[in-house]
Amino acid sequence: MTRPVAFAEALEAVAGTPAPELLQELRQKGRESYSQLGLPSRRQEEWRFTRLKGLEEGVFESPTTAPRIDVTPWRIADARLLVFVDGVFSPDISDIGDLPDGVVVSNLVIGSTSGSQSVAKHLGSLAPLDKHPFAALNSALVADGALIHIPAGMALEKTIQLIFVSGSEGRSTVSAPRILVVAEDASHATVVEQHIGNGDSLSCPVTEIVVGENAAIDHVIVQEEDPSAHHLAVRQARLAAGSRYSAQAISLGGELARTDIGVVLDGENAEASLDGLYLCDGTQQADTHLTMRHAAAHCDSHQLYKGILGGKAKAIFNGRIIVDQDSQKTDAKQSNRNLLLSDDAVVNSNPQLEIFADDVRCTHGSTVGQLDEEAVFYLRSRGIGREEAIQLLTLAFAGEILDRIPVAGLRERIEAVVAKRLAAMTDAKGPE
Amino acid sequence: MSLLELKNLRVSVEGNEILKGIDLTVNPGEVHAIMGPNGSGKSTLASVLAGREDYEITGGEIRYADQDLLELDAETRAREGLFLAFQYPVEIPGISNTYFLRTALNAIRTHRGEEEIDAMDFLALVREKVKVVKLDDALLKRPVNEGFSGGEKKRNEIFHLAVLEPKLAILDETDSGLDIDALKIVADGVNSLRDPERSFVLITHYQRLLNYIVPDFVHVLIDGRIVKSGDRELALQLEDQGYEWLEVEPAQVAGA
Repeated sequence: MTRPVAFAEALEAVAGTPAPELLQELRQKGRESYSQLGLPSRRQEEWRFTRLKGLEEGVFESPTTAPRIDVTPWRIADARLLVFVDGVFSPDISDIGDLPDGVVVSNLVIGSTSGSQSVAKHLGSLAPLDKHPFAALNSALVADGALIHIPAGMALEKTIQLIFVSGSEGRSTVSAPRILVVAEDASHATVVEQHIGNGDSLSCPVTEIVVGENAAIDHVIVQEEDPSAHHLAVRQARLAAGSRYSAQAISLGGELARTDIGVVLDGENAEASLDGLYLCDGTQQADTHLTMRHAAAHCDSHQLYKGILGGKAKAIFNGRIIVDQDSQKTDAKQSNRNLLLSDDAVVNSNPQLEIFADDVRCTHGSTVGQLDEEAVFYLRSRGIGREEAIQLLTLAFAGEILDRIPVAGLRERIEAVVAKRLAAMTDAKGPE
Repeated sequence: MSLLELKNLRVSVEGNEILKGIDLTVNPGEVHAIMGPNGSGKSTLASVLAGREDYEITGGEIRYADQDLLELDAETRAREGLFLAFQYPVEIPGISNTYFLRTALNAIRTHRGEEEIDAMDFLALVREKVKVVKLDDALLKRPVNEGFSGGEKKRNEIFHLAVLEPKLAILDETDSGLDIDALKIVADGVNSLRDPERSFVLITHYQRLLNYIVPDFVHVLIDGRIVKSGDRELALQLEDQGYEWLEVEPAQVAGA
């Protein structure tokens, strides 16, 4: 390890800022791990195709104060809102509202000092701090984040919306937001996690989700950062018996946007549905590395990830399903479908199954292709122009994922954003 | 004035000549049946008329509504009132049948300089037209043709025809794969859409359809040529005798 440690200055700056003891401990562990791991090299199998060039040379500041940002266009009506700007909580523009007894929706700094048991018990319990370089970097740099704790039996009606602004005012910033969601037994909540921004920033969020017995979490993740931004996210969820975790991850921004997802089905009859849509144009790259582990019998998992790529964009989908030896009656499905709008776009799709039980049903598949010309002709033969036909068919391809977003208002906004993006992507290509 | 006129139309696919000089005149309000054995070029003719781009026109011309049809792209032909009912209607996941039809109808209306139809008027139109082919209301909200039975797909094509009200409708083997009940529904639908201002070209292998949609003219297409034209009696004769007695003639010509 003769390479200089990237983000040394940011690490130095963060180490000097005060934080509650629990966060200080996390930072310490993160620093130790990150100094061992460093930024990954392309010689590591897991990082072979991820373009990290530019990150090592980049100069990123780690701000300790946040400017006031107008988040009105992103706001979901009636949601409990927490806003973080470059990793720092912005109470002025947040709106949490009155909370039912026992519910915690707060920033992590306050949440971890007010003695919440969740934080001590679960913070850092799922994210692979010692193995994943960006989980380590996040822990080392963490300034703040969101804490959500739903007590047993509570169904939280209002959506919780977390907005993370990166590269505010066009700055090159590094931010490491940390999100912890704990749903106690038989509780339910809907969490929307949005990443926006307008600078060539780096954000490396880590989200840990603990779903108790018979509890349910609906999770929508929308990444709309600047096209020059780097986004390296880690998301981990553990599901107890009879619980459900549903997620739709929409990736639109970023020069490089990578998410490493790990879900463990840890009790019988748990169910996980993971859907994703990535849109990449120009030289954008979107990577999804997903490991679904069936650690208990009688669990269902479904994954549907779809990608639309134009220009010289690139996408990677590494999907792994692991079925432990005793996890009989597993039902696991995984599908990755990609639509290429240009000849220069590239997709690497690698579905993998590792099955150690014998009575299971597992299916996986991936497709990479262009629009069906017969379908385009069918639309044209009814009077719809070629360009509009291509836009309609492309939007319909995305629609299968967007339709699953369970938050009205958000769904419509994302549909509009995606439609606009697709119109630009198909226009740029021109006829034929 | 004729609506459609083909003069010595010659068409090739990848260097193979499929249509070898077709002459055909269709006047407003007429129903023409084009019959022929498999591989005679029937579907090629339908595709060329609709504007499919995989064909090379090597000779002749097509006049449609006083225009050079070959100069128009597929969508412009549709907007000018030409409609093709597909032999194999395409499934379009993610686009509802009604949304698709409304988009198509509005493209046609905009082309004609008319205002786009609003949602309420469109709904009323659809409710009326769906009766033409007794299509289940549920199929309106479903994605276009997705999960439809073979018969439902063909009925959906006639439903589109009813809504879009073309001047010239080409039905490419709409009868294939239909049981007798579905065939009657489709035929009744087509008959209800017959109009002095609307012409039909029915492309079929079998006479059966013509028991229910009685054509004004019947043409027999064999090996890329129309070898015989006549009225309905010709179709009945074909049912009795098959195509063989007609296939002899071009073979002799070729050998002469």
